[in-house]
Amino acid sequence: MSSTLVGSSVAGDPGSLQRTKPRYGEKVIKGILVMAAGVSVLTTFGIVLSILIPSIEFFSEVPIQDFLFGTEWTPLFADGEFGVVPLVTGTLVITGIAIVIAIPFGLGAAVYLSEFASPRVRKTVKPTLEVLAGIPTVVFGFFALEFLTQVVLVKIWPDIDIFNALSAGLIMGVMIIPTIASLSEDAMSAVPSGMRDGSYALGSSKRQTAMFVVIPAALSGIVAAFVLGISRAIGETMIVTIAAGLQPNLSFNPLEGMQTMTSYIAAAGSGDLSTGSIEYKSIFAVGLLLFIITFFMNTISIGLVRKFRQVYQ
Amino acid sequence: MTTPNQPGIRLAVSAPGMAEASILDSDIDKTEVFRLDDVTVRYGDYRAIRNVSLEVYKNEITAFIGPSGCGKSTLLRSFNRMNDLIPGARVEGTMTYHGTDLYGPKVDPIEVRRRIGMVFQKPNVFPKSIYDNIAYGPKVNGIKGKMDDLVEESLTKAALWDEVKDDLKKSAYALSGGQQQRLVIARCIAVRPEVILMDEPCASLDPIATAKIEDLMKELAVDYTIVIVTHNMQQAARVSDRTAFFTAEVDADEVRHGNLVEVGSTNAMFTNPRDPRTEDYISGRFG
Repeated sequence: MSSTLVGSSVAGDPGSLQRTKPRYGEKVIKGILVMAAGVSVLTTFGIVLSILIPSIEFFSEVPIQDFLFGTEWTPLFADGEFGVVPLVTGTLVITGIAIVIAIPFGLGAAVYLSEFASPRVRKTVKPTLEVLAGIPTVVFGFFALEFLTQVVLVKIWPDIDIFNALSAGLIMGVMIIPTIASLSEDAMSAVPSGMRDGSYALGSSKRQTAMFVVIPAALSGIVAAFVLGISRAIGETMIVTIAAGLQPNLSFNPLEGMQTMTSYIAAAGSGDLSTGSIEYKSIFAVGLLLFIITFFMNTISIGLVRKFRQVYQ
Repeated sequence: MTTPNQPGIRLAVSAPGMAEASILDSDIDKTEVFRLDDVTVRYGDYRAIRNVSLEVYKNEITAFIGPSGCGKSTLLRSFNRMNDLIPGARVEGTMTYHGTDLYGPKVDPIEVRRRIGMVFQKPNVFPKSIYDNIAYGPKVNGIKGKMDDLVEESLTKAALWDEVKDDLKKSAYALSGGQQQRLVIARCIAVRPEVILMDEPCASLDPIATAKIEDLMKELAVDYTIVIVTHNMQQAARVSDRTAFFTAEVDADEVRHGNLVEVGSTNAMFTNPRDPRTEDYISGRFG
């Protein structure tokens, strides 16, 4: 490197442009940083591979169309059926209930905190809300089963199943409210105050400013918050395992018990399936499907964020 | 406060002993839009600008000039109650709009802001299309009528129509800074205000865009009453009919605050300032 500089140097000792001592520190630091970035990439590859291989073996025994479109999920029976549809509908019903709770309450809380609350209220309420996100999901699960189902829901629907999708979905919704509220609030607070001033100066109220100026301006962040919340709901395991039961059930009735993809993985994975059996491999096949769904969701979210992204000057 | 034979000319409290009005304004036939009597704006315990008395007349451009920190923007924001949005901000003294107390108990700040529009230092266009930026104000205010016509009319008045008429659906962010500022003015016009407050509207613009906005202001003064805050004395001299000069001073408790030095016709102030501080500022000795 330095030799090319020698010829072009104008005056003085050309040798002074050469590196006097090797900079090992730079290389070490760079190496550590590359490793740090590499760990997550390698782990992802590792996970994909470790899911993919047993899944491929699984699909050599169970035709993929039977898996994707079959409506019976009875892996532990002697002549088991591996139709994943009941697990997918279980996941969708419970996630759907969670979204119906979490999006309006989460967005409402975010609008309140960002646009209406006084700074003092915001300072107390936001951390409190975030504490909700720190509660272990197993606690939420037992709260759903012991309190929500057996104290509240039975009074409204006396014939509700002890394990039911409704309580799991409602509590899961409560669990993801802080995620949606906190991220949406961040997005709305990032909207320049000049934009709000512009709206107020035209004679609009706080509600109009929030609805027609701030929310549209923060839309990319809000959509990202929704998708992250939904992804959390789809991937959530403990609440559904405890509160929604472990019975695969092709039904859209939230008062019945349902098994989700995640609770099947958790239950089967902690059971005594022998490694290499078809039941064992089914865990990976379901895991792969879950992975693909989540991947798909994240791709949508990135696309939406790009579409709605606003560059403020 | 204004004496009948010398309407519009008063010295601020902070300029005692100055010769009474050597130059007469021809304010006799003018309609008073705003009248401020001993107005102080405070943030909590801090009185940012103190004891201001002045008038603003219809279809005139009134310029507020003075160095940074003299409270001129703070004062401007109290004209349409934008300061209400800042926790702890309060206005003392009386401030009337066509004789009505702007801070009276029954006055709705939202209604005030609809009549008294505002243009800010940075062009704060909404992240919407050019069309929707204009249509937003009329929509929230329930103004009926053909929106297309209103959009065209507003953009035409703001001297922007010819530049954007084929791009109405494009994002307002695609416009240049000067165009954005004219869009903001068009947006303001669309709600049919009577007064337009401008807080250093050219601060972030280049000289060419500035000249366009200044020309526009003069055209707008035919239909609107304009109050403009500016750092730029030449701008005040070029566009305004009346000028109010403010300074930042330190009081007995060593608290920096704004004061009105004098107010009068721009011509008179720039050719024959009554207060030595005005003269110093205008001639570039400070500020």
